[in-house]
Amino acid sequence: MKKTVLNEAHQRHGARLVEFGGFEMPVWYSSLTAEHHAVRQRAGVFDLCHMGRFEIVGDDPMAALDRVVTQDVSRMKKGQVRYSLVCNDEGGVLDDILIYRLPDRLWLVVNAGNRQKLLKWFGERLVGAEVIDHSDDLAMVALQGPLACSLLAPHIERSAGRALADLGYYRISRAQVNLTGTPIDGWISRTGYTGEDGFELYIPSATAEPVFEALLQLSDEVIPCGLGCRDTLRLEAGMPLYGHELSEQQDPIGAGLSFAVALDKEGGFIGQPALRKVVASGPRRQLRGFVVEGKRPARQGSVILHNSVPVGEVTSGSPSLTLGVPIACGYVDASLSEEAPLEVDLRGKSSPLSPHPLPFYRRNTETAQG
Amino acid sequence: MSNIPKDRQYLSSHEWAQQVEGLVVVGISEHAAEELGELVFIELPAEGDEVTFDTQFGEIESVKAVSGLNSPVNGKVVEVNHQLVDSQAAISESPFEAGWLIKVIPADHSGLDKLLDAADYEAQLGGS
Repeated sequence: MKKTVLNEAHQRHGARLVEFGGFEMPVWYSSLTAEHHAVRQRAGVFDLCHMGRFEIVGDDPMAALDRVVTQDVSRMKKGQVRYSLVCNDEGGVLDDILIYRLPDRLWLVVNAGNRQKLLKWFGERLVGAEVIDHSDDLAMVALQGPLACSLLAPHIERSAGRALADLGYYRISRAQVNLTGTPIDGWISRTGYTGEDGFELYIPSATAEPVFEALLQLSDEVIPCGLGCRDTLRLEAGMPLYGHELSEQQDPIGAGLSFAVALDKEGGFIGQPALRKVVASGPRRQLRGFVVEGKRPARQGSVILHNSVPVGEVTSGSPSLTLGVPIACGYVDASLSEEAPLEVDLRGKSSPLSPHPLPFYRRNTETAQG
Repeated sequence: MSNIPKDRQYLSSHEWAQQVEGLVVVGISEHAAEELGELVFIELPAEGDEVTFDTQFGEIESVKAVSGLNSPVNGKVVEVNHQLVDSQAAISESPFEAGWLIKVIPADHSGLDKLLDAADYEAQLGGS
């Protein structure tokens, strides 16, 4: 099992470590619930070094990437970040990624568990460009929560004196990180996987541990947060998780991710013909959100029933720590109306499901938009 | 290393059994409670239900995961810790005392004889 450069720091902070995506990662430190609420109400620090950080290089890397991802890369402005899918020829999702257009280069962040698969895929399918894996030399840590901007701003120097608060949502900027006594050249983006305002920092791996510790020292209200709360936070925020809502057998249309698919992109992309067919005929199944009646959460794989007949399956479920009820996402046959009464089989006992629009939780964006 | 009282026996799946005045009190170990994290749901049998050694008699759920509860004894349930249905906090705070799950009249000792003592259970945790 691989370890991130922050593994010793996690142990020092009392983390409970589990395997995720081939890495030994903290699932929680003190308490999953406390960490969840810290991110919703204050701020929390996450180690994201397990994720893959790639660079696409070539004469025209944007044009090359455009052929292998669903988003319209050529329309991205400098400093913009976009969510995208990488699909196979059948339109199934190989991974969901973020694309970063920096002033002079093109970056991707991919899921830990799909790193090797995507390196191989891009290696085989990129034409006129190649992929470089920076995952080991570049570290990634996040500060997420409503206090993130005010806590971080005094320590981040952007070019031309621009304020951190002015960095827009899904934007990335070069930054001098002044957290450790020694200025660190890195990048900062206003992105995250929690549904809160927050930032992700990209810094040389050798500086990751002092930066991680310095982020925790920003305030008594900042605590280290594990992947456990990252999962409960992202589920509330209606964000898909690869291996749950997304797989090579699932198209992004039924997953509700049409916004990230440039179906009419000139020049085409891998999976485009297949996805056009899905859109033309309508997806076979659709991802929906539910509140589960009672106290018992549904879990991945729980069967969804309509009149006692299986019509779908839960992909993610947990108690919503913010809303105080069990919530779940799952696929159901697209032919079923939103009003069709549904139940979920929880190991032999069924609980009614109430439809709930996705996301389950939306932050107050008045303070969060840049 | 978590606390492992010597006055009771253990299943390798982390349930404990304590023989008290002819009854067997059943719970989960501190190690199991710590591994599960914050609990959100428990399903326990009813008084009068039969339980079978090393066979699931209930379920416990944390925010993250579901875990089966296995019986360390053959017998009939005579008392259930009903307060756990509303709040499972006692299991996390006091897994060996207030957080007990069920009390069983043992039908025989065939299961109890196979349980681990505290030292063997500790050795299992150390090796896991």
